[in-house]
Amino acid sequence: MKVITDYIKSLFLLELMKGMSVTGRYLFKKKFTVQYPEERAPMSPRFRGLHAQRRYENGEERCIACKLCEATCPALAITIEAEPREDGSRRTTRYDIDLFKCIFCGYCQESCPVDAIVETRVYEYHFEDRESAVMTKAKLLAVGEKHEAQIAADIQAQARYR
Amino acid sequence: MSEDQTVTIEVDGREIQAKAGQMLIDATDAAGINIPRFCYHKKLSVSANCRMCLVEVAKVPKPLPACATPVAEGMKVQTRSPLAIAAQKGTMEFLLINHPLDCPVCDQGGECELQDVALGYGDDVSRFVEGKRVVMDKEIGPLISTDLTRCIHCTRCVRFGAEIAGVRELGATGRGEHMTIGTYIEKSVDSELSGNMIDVCPVGSLTSKPFRFRARAWELIQRDAIAPHDAVGSNLHLHVRRNEVMRVHPKENDAVNECWISDRDRFSYTALNSAERLDTPLVKTRGEWKESGWHEALTRVASGLKEAGSDLGVLASPGCTVEELHLARKLANGLGSERIETRLRQGDFRTAAGAWLGQSVTDLERCSAALLIGSNVRKEQPIFGHRLRKAALEGCDVSFINPLELEMNYAARQIVTPPAAMAGEVAAVARAAGAAGPLIDQAEVTERHQAIAERLKAAPAATLLLGNLAQAHPDYAVLLTLASALAKATGAVLGQLPAGANSVGAQLVGAVGDGLDAMLAQPAKGYLLMGVEPGYDLWDPAAANAALTQSGFVVALSGFRSESLEAVADVILPVSAFAETSGTFVNAEGTWQSFAGAVSPKGETRPAWKVLRVLGNLLDLQGFDHDSSEEVLAEARQQAEGRQLDNAPADAVTECRLVDAALTRIGDVPIYAVDALVRHAAPLQKTRDAIAAAIYINESEAAKAGLTAGMQAAVTQNGTRVILPVTIDPNIPNGCVRIPAGVAGTEQLGGQFGEVTLEKA
Repeated sequence: MKVITDYIKSLFLLELMKGMSVTGRYLFKKKFTVQYPEERAPMSPRFRGLHAQRRYENGEERCIACKLCEATCPALAITIEAEPREDGSRRTTRYDIDLFKCIFCGYCQESCPVDAIVETRVYEYHFEDRESAVMTKAKLLAVGEKHEAQIAADIQAQARYR
Repeated sequence: MSEDQTVTIEVDGREIQAKAGQMLIDATDAAGINIPRFCYHKKLSVSANCRMCLVEVAKVPKPLPACATPVAEGMKVQTRSPLAIAAQKGTMEFLLINHPLDCPVCDQGGECELQDVALGYGDDVSRFVEGKRVVMDKEIGPLISTDLTRCIHCTRCVRFGAEIAGVRELGATGRGEHMTIGTYIEKSVDSELSGNMIDVCPVGSLTSKPFRFRARAWELIQRDAIAPHDAVGSNLHLHVRRNEVMRVHPKENDAVNECWISDRDRFSYTALNSAERLDTPLVKTRGEWKESGWHEALTRVASGLKEAGSDLGVLASPGCTVEELHLARKLANGLGSERIETRLRQGDFRTAAGAWLGQSVTDLERCSAALLIGSNVRKEQPIFGHRLRKAALEGCDVSFINPLELEMNYAARQIVTPPAAMAGEVAAVARAAGAAGPLIDQAEVTERHQAIAERLKAAPAATLLLGNLAQAHPDYAVLLTLASALAKATGAVLGQLPAGANSVGAQLVGAVGDGLDAMLAQPAKGYLLMGVEPGYDLWDPAAANAALTQSGFVVALSGFRSESLEAVADVILPVSAFAETSGTFVNAEGTWQSFAGAVSPKGETRPAWKVLRVLGNLLDLQGFDHDSSEEVLAEARQQAEGRQLDNAPADAVTECRLVDAALTRIGDVPIYAVDALVRHAAPLQKTRDAIAAAIYINESEAAKAGLTAGMQAAVTQNGTRVILPVTIDPNIPNGCVRIPAGVAGTEQLGGQFGEVTLEKA
């Protein structure tokens, strides 16, 4: 019996017709291809992109060198050195994230008691040499300054789930 | 109830044995049952003020503090019953009321007793909504930083100061909410053991200032080491991160340092990365220093040493390891020279004696009478000072014969006399004790001598100790002879407090010779200096500089750049400092303690034993094919086998060289000037104990010379003139002036003791 049905199916190209009908239907439907870079896909406020360090509104850097992010980082991508700043406060003298090691898990952001290290929505970046894959403190702060409004809004949006 | 009686108690349903009269917490600690605590510390008295260790005891209606409850036969204790847990949780909640939630910026975070206990006994949510207490921080010196808002008033630091350090520097003022820890009047904490307060503080209230904010407990790798600055041989934990020593903690060893270390051992690591560290070989060509490679430098050294041949003198610091000293001696012997010396600050070599403690370290605290001759033990060897203090508090009668009055932290009898009269004082005590002999028979016995002699005789365990000031005395041989006679007459144990970490080891491996005079009076063709800065580390810097300048070839193995070294050396080889090399120290009681390197040597430096081993090869000497420091140690131990040290002098010397002069210099070595590492440790050099070069003189002597405090005066010793400021110090006897040795400004002066003249500059 199966031999006969298989024979009919292959003779009248039924499977092909079935497939082509799906194609045909989508041909007349509204297109959902995103024309990157002219168009962008929607993003969650939880998106974990490039890292940034934030400042308070008065310009003071948030990071207090508690080193919890360094401790929690599963890829050991973060390196911190700290010492007392001139005014006696606890600050980092070095804060490096090696993006080649980073797995973008977001644990650093989660562990941060002062919301200093965050992962932004930025996902478009490139390096031209190995050294520039290390996000230094200055680079991180620069990213933070550029995207502060978005970062603050995202953290606000997520506040009730944290 | 006798002390050795044992009782059986039941804790959490488990039967455990305890000594009668013991506190409950001691018994549970021994049995491995954990009871949370803050104010209790096994080496401090019980104050029972934190109430964290409350436990339920059967037939007692309220919970009792385990730290202040003596065990009793048949006692039934519950540490985890609902009543006990409720009590502990309640205490925890009260403690956290005023404790700030600043763990992320607190240096104690990650190793905090409060954090640990809060995790077990604290609640997730605080019910306290009122304002928290804030306390202003106090500046208490360059070693300890304070964050008093975090204080939970356990008073461990206060009790440490009163009971262990012996100076009540910190205290609690105010009551209840207003209670704060402080110094009463604004001052720094200056005890030589003050760093231990950082360890005893259960929270982040007292933390290490040099370490402040630099690393987290979880980043540090703990490695063992032995302290390199004194003959105690304190056991250390080096905390290392990314190949850098971040801090030093004590390693508990009840036979040596208990759980304390001196500030010198704790903070000297800061010199490891000082800017003056030497990290490439330096070669002097036509009077100019040039950095060079190892090969070039070693070839130069080999040819220089070959030329010197049997006319080579080796001066090595008593802080060098057994391995280094063994190889240095072997190298000198291989070239045909027997001249090696490590007793760099000894003032008299007329007799030979094996200087060691003469007893075990723990015996020091069990002695019932002690006489210290020429010793400021508290600053020379702080942990020995602590042991003696413990003995004194138990009733030991401690007396001192010294050229200057000491600040004591326990009751002790002090005989203060000019250096030239010290021998007479010892002789008088010896005569009072019934000894006889030259000097002793002429001595004038007074009541004080009688009292000391009687106590020494009557004591079941008496000891006589000669300190660094006695060793540096030009009549050390006489002092030793007299002390030996006194020890015989009283039955006391004769001991010495050797200067360096490996003074005893140096004697065991044969790195002592005929003395400094023999080494420096006739300049040798070549000198090998190991860990020696001629201006600071030698008894007579002037004589040493003269001899080294006249010598044909001087090679120095050093960890630091130093002007005084660069002035005389031809080649300086950079060698690894403490923590970077493996080795062995033999402490004052004769215990061999080996350690491994904790971090890799800085820059191009190499462990000194490797440098000497390669030099041996380059000089074509036999027996320089060791592959590890363990092999060198095994060889050294084999040679030291059977060597016994005896403090008694080989020959009796009774002829005094130091005669009464109008003004005699007392050149003690201050606590933070003992070796290059300490001298380069910046935090230690900022403390009050970092004594600067100056003329310390009493008021009447100053008036005689027409000097007043603060003015500049010229000191002349053996024809060398140096300008120094004048400080009035009532602790200096008449006829004496204290000009410390080993500090910047005195590198041109002569011997540590000797005649000086003063004049207005």
